[in-house]
Amino acid sequence: MKAANVIRHALLVACLFAIGACERPSPLEKQQGYRGTGMVDVQNPRRVQQKAAENAVPAPLPAAAAGGPPASTAFQNLQVLGNVSVGEFTRLMLAVTSWVAPKEGCNYCHNPANMASDEKYTKVVARRMIQMTQHINADWQQHVDGTGVTCYTCHRGNPVPSQIWFTHTDDVRSTFAGNKGGQNAPTAAVGLTSLPYDPFSPYLLGDADIREVSQTPLASGNKRSVKQTEWTYALMMHISQSLGVNCTYCHNSRSFSDWSQSSPPRATAWYGIRLVRDINNNFLVPLQATLPRERHGPAGDGPKANCATCHQGLNKPLQGVSMLQNYAALRGPAPAAATTPSSPVGLMSAPPPAAGEAREAR
Amino acid sequence: MEYQNIFTRLQAIGPAESGVPLAPATGNGRRTGKMSFSYWLGKIGDAQIGPIYLGWTGVTSAVCFFIAFEIIGLNMLASVNWNPIQFVRQLFWLALEPPPPSYGLRIPPLNDGGWWLMAGFFLTLSLLLWWVRMYRRARAHGMGTHVAWAFASAIWLYLVLGFIRPLLMGSWGEAVPFGIFPHLDWVAAFSIRYGNLFYNPFHMLSIAFLYGSTLLFAMHGATILAVSRYGGERELEQIADRGTAAERAALFWRWTMGFNATMESIHRWAWWFAVLCPLTGGIGILLTGTVVDNWYLWGIQHGIVASYPHVFPPVPDPAAIPAGATP
Repeated sequence: MKAANVIRHALLVACLFAIGACERPSPLEKQQGYRGTGMVDVQNPRRVQQKAAENAVPAPLPAAAAGGPPASTAFQNLQVLGNVSVGEFTRLMLAVTSWVAPKEGCNYCHNPANMASDEKYTKVVARRMIQMTQHINADWQQHVDGTGVTCYTCHRGNPVPSQIWFTHTDDVRSTFAGNKGGQNAPTAAVGLTSLPYDPFSPYLLGDADIREVSQTPLASGNKRSVKQTEWTYALMMHISQSLGVNCTYCHNSRSFSDWSQSSPPRATAWYGIRLVRDINNNFLVPLQATLPRERHGPAGDGPKANCATCHQGLNKPLQGVSMLQNYAALRGPAPAAATTPSSPVGLMSAPPPAAGEAREAR
Repeated sequence: MEYQNIFTRLQAIGPAESGVPLAPATGNGRRTGKMSFSYWLGKIGDAQIGPIYLGWTGVTSAVCFFIAFEIIGLNMLASVNWNPIQFVRQLFWLALEPPPPSYGLRIPPLNDGGWWLMAGFFLTLSLLLWWVRMYRRARAHGMGTHVAWAFASAIWLYLVLGFIRPLLMGSWGEAVPFGIFPHLDWVAAFSIRYGNLFYNPFHMLSIAFLYGSTLLFAMHGATILAVSRYGGERELEQIADRGTAAERAALFWRWTMGFNATMESIHRWAWWFAVLCPLTGGIGILLTGTVVDNWYLWGIQHGIVASYPHVFPPVPDPAAIPAGATP
């Protein structure tokens, strides 16, 4: 029976394809919205376990003795942490070393012969990053809440966080044909879709308008092209990927733009987008000149942050555990106490793109 | 019992059939090509291959299609730096994109959508020439032109998406890219941009006709196969001279659901469902962005949106909160 054999083999191959499309084990579904709206969080329990292991929080260092003189009396060239007690300062330095340069040790940033010297670029960057951490904890509570962030939220034991982005350089050599238009290449950052692969430059560096949908039933002058919608869509895919959630975690998919049907995390994400925009423009991009060439991207720009930099696959980074609680020095001063003249702190109490957004929404 | 199979198990092969003689007045030329038989094609259809009639419409249509196919394919290949391995690996992601919206309806540079415009032109020409060919073939055979008009319905949707709606919107950038995933992502983005296409009544009609078509096709195909033991697959004979197959098929449906189509009318049902699917869909696309900009809000206005209880605490739009206020 030749024909029967052919059919049997075809069925076998078909079965392999069918199994290949499956995910094991059965996903866990948690209803979040009203029944029937499809606002369900779908998670793979195996991946949830893996992520829990990947995002475990290191044990805090033993607390320093309370009180003591400020660190500025014992150490020189303290521009940010001078008010912290000597004991707490030393403890924080040890913690930062274990978070950022566990292999390289103190000498990754410091000249052992003169710990106060700023000769190593890493020390200059580290100081700015501590300011950034304080700024996020003090001024972006709408996003980080009381949980806050520490160096570990992004660094996870690496001198350079693993989830960073550089300006995309198009690799198409022909100028005559084959223009991808910034999309149509499988890219993990946007969930392997064919959507634009660099939604970061316009939205997380620039303040391009994210809102696409008209707020009137009939056409009334909204000139947004579907091509632009694809960029917003790509940013949303990035958020979804970075947080390990689907669209309906924030949106009611029957009307993506409608805030009154959205879940509260959507507002958290709104502030998150502004947070990333803020730290990219005011902390990370200005460090480009400080960083050596090997830290630059192919286009010569410095590393920048996106949602994945902190979130790393979870809707709450590090499973929502607050490491900040044990390192109060990183809470940062009140906004007025900003030290550097270029500090954007005062400006940031009102997220800058708000006006433009509101105009588009109307 | 030889018909109780998805394949044709009996192949009656006689001398090759060269077709009915054509009236000289049709002026459509002669069929060409050698006639042969294929055992495997005979499993799923008629085993005879050829002769074929191409004519000038067929030849020009094929040439135009080839040009469009090459423009699209070579642009995709150029976008992966002419690397054949990457071309195969990324094929589903690759595309030829329409011009950026900034060009409006002007003719853009080749590498900025010009290739897209050119590919679209030749693909459209190819489809229209193929339509003319179908129409003329049907006429030459003394048939009705139902196939051509059904095809025209599909061409209508294609033209709305790639030509008529972009014209009305004033930008080639509104059109669909040529590419597998890219055109699907475009469809999803289109629905999001215009506030959810599911609330577009013409989209609803189109879906109803699409699913209705598959339902009718399944019902009709199943009915005919079920009475093929009585010669039911010889539909034309059954239409002209109703035999036991047609009687049984009709009675089956009358007893099942109280009403039955006839051997003839079932094909009108199927034809209209199939034709109305792209016809209504095209109207829905044409109205989107030109007249209606948010179908969800349009649905609210017309009372077709279900209202759900709020289960979340109110989430005000952060952009609408005045600066300095506590959210």
